[in-house]
Amino acid sequence: MNSPAIQVDAIGKQYQLGLREKANETLREALVEMAKAPLKRLRHLSGQSDEGSTFWALRDVNFDVPEGEVLGIIGHNGAGKSTLLKILSRITEPTEGRAVIRGRVASLLEVGTGFHVELSGRENVFLNGAILGMSKAEITRKFDEIVAFSGVEKFLDTPIKRYSSGMKVRLAFAVAAHLEPEILIIDEVLAVGDQEFQNRCLGKMHDVARSGRTVLFVSHNMAAVESLCTSAMLLKAGKVLSIGTVREIVGQYLSGINAGAAAGRYENPDSPLREVRLVASDDRGVTDTVVCGQPATVQVVIRPEMPISDPAVRLVVVSHNGQRIFTCNSRFQYQRLATTGQELELHCLFEGVRLVPGDYTLSATLLSASQELAVAEPAIRFSVAPGDIYGTGRIPQQVGKGVYFPHVTWSSTNASADSLMNDESVPSNSLSKVS
Amino acid sequence: METSVTQLEERTNLVTAPPAVPPQSIAETVIEPKPGWRAIDFAELWQYRELVFFLTWRDVKVRYKQTVMGAAWAVIQPLLTSLVFVVLFGMMAGMRERTNVPYLALVFAGQMAWQFFQGAVTTSGQSLVTSANLISKVYFPRMIVPLAAVGAGLVDFVMSLGVMAIILVFYGIVPPIQVVMLPILLLGVVMTAVGVGSLLAALTVAYRDFRYVVPFLVQMWMLSTPVGYQMEEVYRLLDKAGIDQSWLGLYFTLNPMAGFVQGFRWCILGETLDPLYMFASGCSAIVVLIIGSVYFRRVERRFADIV
Repeated sequence: MNSPAIQVDAIGKQYQLGLREKANETLREALVEMAKAPLKRLRHLSGQSDEGSTFWALRDVNFDVPEGEVLGIIGHNGAGKSTLLKILSRITEPTEGRAVIRGRVASLLEVGTGFHVELSGRENVFLNGAILGMSKAEITRKFDEIVAFSGVEKFLDTPIKRYSSGMKVRLAFAVAAHLEPEILIIDEVLAVGDQEFQNRCLGKMHDVARSGRTVLFVSHNMAAVESLCTSAMLLKAGKVLSIGTVREIVGQYLSGINAGAAAGRYENPDSPLREVRLVASDDRGVTDTVVCGQPATVQVVIRPEMPISDPAVRLVVVSHNGQRIFTCNSRFQYQRLATTGQELELHCLFEGVRLVPGDYTLSATLLSASQELAVAEPAIRFSVAPGDIYGTGRIPQQVGKGVYFPHVTWSSTNASADSLMNDESVPSNSLSKVS
Repeated sequence: METSVTQLEERTNLVTAPPAVPPQSIAETVIEPKPGWRAIDFAELWQYRELVFFLTWRDVKVRYKQTVMGAAWAVIQPLLTSLVFVVLFGMMAGMRERTNVPYLALVFAGQMAWQFFQGAVTTSGQSLVTSANLISKVYFPRMIVPLAAVGAGLVDFVMSLGVMAIILVFYGIVPPIQVVMLPILLLGVVMTAVGVGSLLAALTVAYRDFRYVVPFLVQMWMLSTPVGYQMEEVYRLLDKAGIDQSWLGLYFTLNPMAGFVQGFRWCILGETLDPLYMFASGCSAIVVLIIGSVYFRRVERRFADIV
């Protein structure tokens, strides 16, 4: 009975890059392909075969998941996470290797699989439940519970094409949340819906995790992985890089991300997004440390190959545990950025850094009116050092608690207490809004 | 050997084990590449029978939502086609002079079988592509998809049975005793439809050209099947051309639908039927079913990757 719930033994999955090519979209393409086919075959025979046309999405993957463990699977895009889940959910067959799964499996690779827009909410609950592997009796039994969880009671008999996307997602997750398998495989489902809904999903997943079920959980949200999982596995380029405690593996993953980011300065002469620099207030030049409450400037140098219509630069700051802190886009404040194909430098001044002390990364994206032209992700990493943010001489040290210091004014109805609290006048620079 | 035992365990368990309660025997699924040919896993299909029902129900429900006449389409389509055949073959070609039953009844009895077959083959041929999102996100026996498409066609068939009954009452025709054989003939049509449908569905996933091939194929097939005309016309043609009648055996084997259409007329109207030819069509239906489903099973492992 002590055999692991999931046993993966040398699993590999090979994809043919050219496979899509075969699925000709039109008859004309089919005919063109037919004409090309003999040529291809010739090339094949003469040894110039398309060696590069296959690749291993996964290779030699081995791991065991004991019963009751909640394993977080993390890794960059294309590391093979989704392929692994698809193999373990039996959606696609491995090319080699073997896996044994002990227990009833439900996989949730998408919220609302099989929803049909023409059908009503009620009908979709049954349809979706059946697709996820519930029996009709089971759905009927849990129907009221599902509907209550979703909060769309009033619209049960409305076709879901009239639902808002939020309602659809809530209904779909409500069905999925009532699956009761022994093994649950989840891919990134928390990436949808608003914050309130995501919290509810996380809460439900906590329940699932605590109920002794075996869970495989893929996510880019390190905070979710850290709070849900009992262990973690890091995949890289189709291979298992390491398995261990959540803290260890998440740390490894994030340091891997940060390793790609230079301290304080990013340079790429081949990209239209040539340079990203962090400069502290006191003209010390490029720095990797800014002080809380002190001004800092992000300088972006762009040199597009041709004029861009309506260019803009977007900056994203992410905390050390992978949580996105904010996005700021020049388009909303600075309209005059125009390029003629010449190099130009754009400065973004943070009048007072309000981030809590800790480590962060910054990404920059060059945008045109319609698309992303160049991305530096992550461009630079930097630290925020504790500083006198309120200009009171009392320095907050709350590393890792919350994400920023709000701009507030305290007062009380007791006049004497009020004067006591504001004994030092607040400098005007920290009052000015952070852009 | 080990695999078969474990799979058996899994089946029984999936049906009976109460979820989330530690089961007595743990369901064990083995995932590994299974190359080569595979037979249909009937036990697994049976286990997923509710999903077949739900997908069929969805198809039926969706088809008539937002249509003004709703399910009436299931009646109008075969009826109008039959009327066109009555005018085309019965009146213009003068074939109705040579029959002993009202031409509309004759045509509709065959049209009923054909319409079901045509609808089932067309929708099941497309079914995998239209269910791409299901196939790439959830596991279930893939065979369910074309099966559900054929199932949805059966609902329409039941409605056209009603129309047939009205036509019989209108002309005052009492069906002969062999009408009880109708379900067996229908089974033959279903088997042919599942075979052809799953073959086309699998081919359409890999080669989207089949989207264009299917309507064309169905049209040619209909014209070479005695739907708008009666079997006697085929005999007459053979006589005229001086071709030996023994070739008919090959015809019924190659085109099982010819046998079933004629069989429907035999059941409902008491038309003549050569049991030997019927047998040829029946065997051919079984072969078509095996070929279609076995090919489907062979290529289904690639569906999620290429659909």
